[in-house]
Amino acid sequence: MNLSGDIGIWVAAILTLAVFSFLWKDNPLFRLAEHILVGVSAGYYLVQYAYSAIYKKLYVPLFDQGNLLFIGCAILGLLVFTRLVPRKSWLSRYPIAFYVAAGAGYSIPSGLQTRVVKQMQTSMLNFLDQGSLWTNVSAFLLFVGVISVLLYFYFSAEHRGAFGFFSKIGIVFLMIGFGASFGYTVMSRITLLIGRLQFLMGEWLGFL
Amino acid sequence: MFRRTIPLIFAFVVGTFMVIQFFIPHPTFQAIYNGVLDWQQVIFGFVLVVGTLSMVRHHVIRIQRKKEGYRYSMVALLGLVSMVLAGIIGGIRGGPYKWMFDYIQMPAQSSMFSLLAFFVASASYRAFRARSVTATLLLVAGVIVMLGRVPAGEYIHVGGLSLTDISTWILDYPNTAAKRGILIGVGLGMTATALKIILGIETSYLGRGD
Repeated sequence: MNLSGDIGIWVAAILTLAVFSFLWKDNPLFRLAEHILVGVSAGYYLVQYAYSAIYKKLYVPLFDQGNLLFIGCAILGLLVFTRLVPRKSWLSRYPIAFYVAAGAGYSIPSGLQTRVVKQMQTSMLNFLDQGSLWTNVSAFLLFVGVISVLLYFYFSAEHRGAFGFFSKIGIVFLMIGFGASFGYTVMSRITLLIGRLQFLMGEWLGFL
Repeated sequence: MFRRTIPLIFAFVVGTFMVIQFFIPHPTFQAIYNGVLDWQQVIFGFVLVVGTLSMVRHHVIRIQRKKEGYRYSMVALLGLVSMVLAGIIGGIRGGPYKWMFDYIQMPAQSSMFSLLAFFVASASYRAFRARSVTATLLLVAGVIVMLGRVPAGEYIHVGGLSLTDISTWILDYPNTAAKRGILIGVGLGMTATALKIILGIETSYLGRGD
């Protein structure tokens, strides 16, 4: 055993153990670690965005480069604070409207392109791919899967006859997909757990 | 008018511009587009400040009224203030800010997520009970992927294929098919919602009242 002499490693190890103590039951040590995490995370993101957004994207163009257009941006940003004053909170609708509408406008072409057109294109091109027989069979299966999943989510017609048959195939694909995603998530969490145990046994206690 | 109609017109103008600029590859439009994205980030930064202030107010009230567990609120505020001070004094590239991130936030956060491994295990017991054909499919796919992601999966063979190979195939084909179907649906739904926002049909983001 070769205990670490680094105070940072000790702090991290104590916090890790405090979080894991929740496996026994909800206890003050866990709640302490939980609140430390909440406070520190909030502080971390606040500083990150204050620097990368407010300083770099507002302060620098406005004060260092003298771009007066950014006065509008500063006004919109400051109007967000009216949210804290109930009688004037309607003023915060302007920055919110800007933010939401810009996001909505951006998502129409880009969302359609990446989520709809690209996905359809990839499914169809793979289907026509001249690879091995197994690749082609798999690609055909993927093509049928995408179509049948879409049919399953089409609720404007009753799921009967051929339509019902394909929507049932859609359920099969969905269940395999959910099972696979679930298994993948479980394994990623276990990987994190192994990482924490390796940290405790290796970096902290020096067993590894 | 200034409380509801003008914000809606504002949203219409900004949203329409963001759609139109996609089809006009002109440097001026590109510059305005980049400007809008920058402004969006700045507004998000201010929203984060307001959110943090709201969190501080919540914890200060808890401390003032000495509500149950108010001492934890002190800890949360202490964590927040020390992280902010560390960032202001030492900068964000190194110093105490990075130290706190490396030795407090990262370990606590990854431990918190790794804790989910235990709860996911108990949830999987409930979800993976083979009560019907579809539930059995979920169970089989889940088990194959879990076993296929560990080294032992390489040594377990079914019909000449290792579980790792089968797991990769499941993730690449049936899983991708399901995800693509969902993604296309999400894309169409997002587009419809975005159109409703730009055209002023969807106004819930403005909140209630005039």
